[in-house]
Amino acid sequence: MIERTNQEWLTALRGPGRDGALADLRALLVRGLRYALASWSVVDEAILEDFAQDALLKILAGLDSFRGESRFTTWAQKIAVHVALTELRRHRWRDVSLDEMTGSLDAEPSTALRRGPSTGSGHRFIPDTLADPSAGPEQQAIQRMLLNTLRRIISTELTDRQRQALVAAYIHGMPLEEVARRMGTNRNALYKLLHDARQRLKKRMMAEGLSPQDMLAAFGS
Amino acid sequence: MTLDLDTLKQMVRGIITTRPDEIGCDECFEQLDRFVEMKLAGKNAAEAMPLVEDHLERCDDCREEFEALLAALRALE
Repeated sequence: MIERTNQEWLTALRGPGRDGALADLRALLVRGLRYALASWSVVDEAILEDFAQDALLKILAGLDSFRGESRFTTWAQKIAVHVALTELRRHRWRDVSLDEMTGSLDAEPSTALRRGPSTGSGHRFIPDTLADPSAGPEQQAIQRMLLNTLRRIISTELTDRQRQALVAAYIHGMPLEEVARRMGTNRNALYKLLHDARQRLKKRMMAEGLSPQDMLAAFGS
Repeated sequence: MTLDLDTLKQMVRGIITTRPDEIGCDECFEQLDRFVEMKLAGKNAAEAMPLVEDHLERCDDCREEFEALLAALRALE
């Protein structure tokens, strides 16, 4: 493949005889994706080619947004990785419904976590006590107080959407992209929604006298 | 449902380390090519671009993309 400067890439891809540059870029993206997606067993060569093709279209459509702050090929590979992982996540989570997932909020908790009688309504996914073998009695007392507070303020301080997003993303580990798709929003907006939720919870916890130092000590490691 | 200790701890840590100036996924993505090149060059990307570093620690989607990109570029170097 010919080595090109950023300007040469842009000129070649915008020019009339861009086929050579397109073929080079496609080959480069496929090679990169092969390494980037090495841990995904579902990915074969045909899928890599499809991802590279989808990425090429996005790259060509977005050439004007390349600001030259990195090598052009780094920027292009970034887009290819994003395109590929978005599709792979969608595939991996395709059968999971958000309602089923967050509907389990009030389901019986795991036996792995000891909990006392239910206190207050809803959001029982936060246990009363933790079977934390590494915690001493004092630390466990702080953990218990913190969990009580957390359970209460998750019920009272957050909106339904914030609560739903928090449970799906933080408890179930669903990718933000997938939570967002199901909630009719996008990943960036969902991150902001969760950021607002975290800020609200933190502020409330501090207002209730739980210092970040205490909380980190109780849940630090 | 199950909620293991590590998940809960991680969530609590995520809440109490929340900072007002966090950037979102779009801004992180915009800066990711520069960030990853600094990493590849052995420079202190975290110090130069602390908000990107912070976002990557909080957002699994963006972290996954960053790590995949880094793996690709390392292999192609």
